[in-house]
Formats: sequence, structure tokens, C-alpha cells
Amino acid sequence: MFTIIKNRVIQLVVVLFILSLFTFTLMKMAPGDPVLTILNADEMVVTEEDQAELRSKLGFDQPLYVQYGKWMFNLMQFDLGKSYMSGKPVIEELLTRIPITAELTFFAMTIMLCITVPLGVWSAKYVNKWPDQFSRILALVGASIPNFWLGLILIYLFAFKLSILPSSGIGSYSQIILPAFTLGFTFAVVYARLLRAGLLQSLSEDYIYAARARGVKEWRILWLHAFRAAVLPVLTIFGLSLGSFLGGAVVVEILFSWPGLGSLAVDAIFNRDYPVIQGYVLLTGIFVVITNLVVDLSYYVIDPRMKRKEEALGR
Amino acid sequence: MNVQVPRINRIPFFFKNQNLMTSCGLLFFIIITFITIIGPFIIPNEPFTANMAERLAPPSSAYPLGTDHMGRCIFSRLIVGAQSTLGITALVVVTVALIGIPIGLVIGYIGGRMDTLFMRIADGILALPEFILAIAIAGFLGPSLTNLMISIVFVKWIAYTRVVRSIVITERNKDYVLAAKVGGSSNWKIIRRHMFPQIVSPVLVLATLDIGKVILTISSLSYLGLGAQPPAPEWGAMLNDGRPYFQSAPELMIYPGLAIFFVVLAFNLMGEGLRDKWDVKSR
Repeated sequence: MFTIIKNRVIQLVVVLFILSLFTFTLMKMAPGDPVLTILNADEMVVTEEDQAELRSKLGFDQPLYVQYGKWMFNLMQFDLGKSYMSGKPVIEELLTRIPITAELTFFAMTIMLCITVPLGVWSAKYVNKWPDQFSRILALVGASIPNFWLGLILIYLFAFKLSILPSSGIGSYSQIILPAFTLGFTFAVVYARLLRAGLLQSLSEDYIYAARARGVKEWRILWLHAFRAAVLPVLTIFGLSLGSFLGGAVVVEILFSWPGLGSLAVDAIFNRDYPVIQGYVLLTGIFVVITNLVVDLSYYVIDPRMKRKEEALGR
Repeated sequence: MNVQVPRINRIPFFFKNQNLMTSCGLLFFIIITFITIIGPFIIPNEPFTANMAERLAPPSSAYPLGTDHMGRCIFSRLIVGAQSTLGITALVVVTVALIGIPIGLVIGYIGGRMDTLFMRIADGILALPEFILAIAIAGFLGPSLTNLMISIVFVKWIAYTRVVRSIVITERNKDYVLAAKVGGSSNWKIIRRHMFPQIVSPVLVLATLDIGKVILTISSLSYLGLGAQPPAPEWGAMLNDGRPYFQSAPELMIYPGLAIFFVVLAFNLMGEGLRDKWDVKSR
């Protein structure tokens, strides 16, 4: 087990290194001169000396590998530089936005589970009957509908036509329903199909027949015996797709004027506020890499057979 | 994997055989392609000229779906938009395949160090979710359609390389390849004659399903303003354009959204049908 963790952590470091290199390169490839951007933000006359001074102050006159080294060194101390626009440290900006996005994601996941579990179990119970077909159609729709369009339709229906839910802003629970549903729905219907597939497979295992033969009640078989085995692969895929969840959150945040990480990133893009974009990309990247690692390792905890297989391969 | 499906009775007509769904997708696809190609010749109005006297007009014989906030014919813009959305998507998917397939064939066949190196790079790139990577590239290089396309290509090719690589790795040690080698075939010939045909159907399935995803990504990012820029009749950009008016004129957002939905649905139906037909394992 220890070797596996060690190898995975080494892999993690390599991946993070590539990620940092990638972000740094992109930042350097970005068009436009950040020095001019900063100076022009004050709307004052820019002289050559001002430019040269700021350039050396920011260290832009040194060779690239020195810049990368310094950048990396600062990164290790959680120093991502300062935002060109607000002048505040990027890490501070990110930290204030994280809880807001986390709240949205949490509620979206709750709604997702409330749809996925009943829908998945229902369609597994009535395979190829109408509940199953219904969930199949929902999954097709969920995979084909643009997220932001679903959100727009929901805003139109619930905020404008029926005026029962607010269309934007944060603070109250009624404001969270629409964005969380928009974000959760498309994932929920697809996961419901995965759960159904998992349930069907575990329902055909011998221990289910054994349980039936013992006279265990049908709902107990479905919810306890089969569900436990079926939920593991779904949880894995769920963990692995946290990244796409964050991606979807960007669109939803813009749509519902939700001042989270995604809004921060999109604003930064339009303002060419590169340190903030970079901070956002690094943060999400690190988050996703670590989640993947945790999911990978949880495999071995949940299913010891994996561990033996891996060790036999000598990895 | 031996999945035993419990009693099947009375499957509704639509799902009776997967071929029917595929045919629906295919029919959609043919109609869409047809409209896309002949579209510019049949549109009733000029899609770019603003006509403020006719702004937000209701559907009429002159404007089948009414006009938008600048008095432009929505119907004409949708049809011209099909050309840009589908054209961009086709270009992206073809480029991705042209980059991903050869790399997958070669590194799968050679293996060893090259293969390990590639897998590490791929892990690094894939650590970022597709959408966020697209945002990163659009963010650093500036929001434009070209940059959006570059960013999608940058992320997508890896999936093709991975699929091709894994097939080549399982095939390259089989006896018939050995026989071909003994028979004096060059490596190039083995790749071309024996490896390539194996990858055609999985790659086609992957590409068909990807088209839907690419359309969704392009339109989402265009909606955020990071892709096609406003005067262009790209569907996502049209939605973004009509957003301020959508309380008074919801049709500005309903039609482009429906267009995106149906096109993506068509490709998803087709992709899933092909997957079942060729029995390609989903990843």
C-alpha cells in the first residue's frame, strides 16, 4: 500500500510540474504588455522611464528561467502575485470566492443526488418499462441540452413568468435553487443511467439470488444488497468528474450573477488580469489532481482486490 | 462482463431496436447538412443588415421567426449560423483526428520510453478539465473564435491518441502481426494495413459523440463571450446577443437554443447507435 501511495504522489508532483510549466508558458505567450496594462489602468500619461521601472520591479527584464524560478518560489509560499485590477493579492481574491462557489457546488450536488438515486433505482427496478424509457430520454436530453440555455429557460419560467424564484444574486435559499438545479440536472440524468447499469449488474450476481431464496424482501435487496455494490463505480466517476462540475459552474455563475470563482475568472479574462486567470487555473488544476488521487486511492481501500492486482504487476 | 438483463417485455416502439434511434439521428443529420449547405441560397433575408424600423418584429411571411433586437431576420441568421457552428465543429474534429490518430498509431506501435513520456504529458494536460483549459487558453491568448478552436484541439487530441494507442498496444503483439513481420512487411505497412483498419470504428464513434460535445463547448464559451464575437451569427453568440431582451422577447433565446439542442441530439443519437452497432466499449 505504501509503495502505491508513494508512486501516486510522485506522479502527482510530475503532473503539477507540467501544469505549472503550462500555465507559466501561456502567461508568457499572452499578447499585450502587462506593464502597459497596469500603467494604463491609472489613465495617466505613460513615460518610457515609468515602463522601464515597473518592468524591472516586476522582474520582466530577466531571462525566462529566472522568472520561472522566482515564480515557482513564490508559488511555494502561496504568493501568486497581485491582481492588475484590484491590486489585492491573488490568493486573497481566490480565497474569498472559494466558499461562494463551494456553496453552489454543494447544493448542486445535493440536487443531483436527489435526482440520480431515485431515478437510477426506479429505472433499474422497471427495466425497459416506461420509467426506464423516461430516464433514458432524460439522459439523452441532459447530454444534448446546453447548460446555459437550460438556465435561461428556467429563469424565464420561474423568475419572469411565474415570479416565484429570484433570477440572480446570492444570500437566501430561494436564490440558490435555480443555479443549483441548472448545474446539477445535466449531470444527474447521466449518472442515473450509470447507477442503473451498475444496479442491473449487481442484481444479476449470485448473492442476490441467494438473498431472494432466503426470502429477503425485494426492497431490501434493491436498496441494501444491490445498491451498495452499484454505488461504488458511480461514486468514482462522480469524483473524477468534479472537474467538469467546476467547468459547468463557470457558465452557471455568469448566468445567475453568482460572484464565485468562475465569475472572477471570466471578469479577469475580459480585463486581461493574467495573475488572477493564472491563479484560477492553478487552483482548479491542483484541486482536480488531488481529487483524482483521492478517488484512485479510495479504490484500494474499498476494493482490496485492486491492490493485489497492482502489487502483482509490480507498479 | 456478463450483464444479465431481467425480463424484457413490451419495449415501446421507439426503442425496439437501436437502429431506429440511429436512423432518426442519421435523418436529422442529413437534414441539418442539407440546410447547412444550401442554406445561404434559400434564406429569405440578408442576415447581417440591421433594420431598426423592424426590430423585435413578430413572425410574419417576410420574417418566418420574427426579427431580433437589431431588426435582423432570426430565421436567416439561424441558418447562416448553422454553417459557422457546424463548420467550426467539423474543422475542429477533423484537426483533432488528424493530430491524435497518427500520434496514437506511432507511440502505440513503438511503445517504451516514447509511450511513457506521452502518457505523462497527457496526464498533465488532462488534469485540467476541458472547459477550464479552454477558458485558460481563451483567457491568456485573448477571446476569439480561433483561440477557442485552438484550445479545444489542444485538449481533445489526447482522447483520440489514447484510444488509438490502446488498440494498437493490444493488437501489435498478436500472431498475425508477427506473421506479417516474418513475411517481410515493413513497420509502416503493418501500421497502415493491419493497425489502421482496427481503429476506424472506435474513432468514428468517438468523433460522432465528440461533435455534440464540441458544439456545446463552442456555444457555451461563445455565450460567455470567449468565442465567436457578436456580429457573427454563431448560435451561442446569438444567445448572448439576445440576453438583455429576453424578458420582452424570449424567442431571441429560444430558437438558437433549440437549434443547438437538436443538432447535438442528432449527433448523440447517431453516436450511441453506432457504438451499439459496432459494439465499441464506452470509456
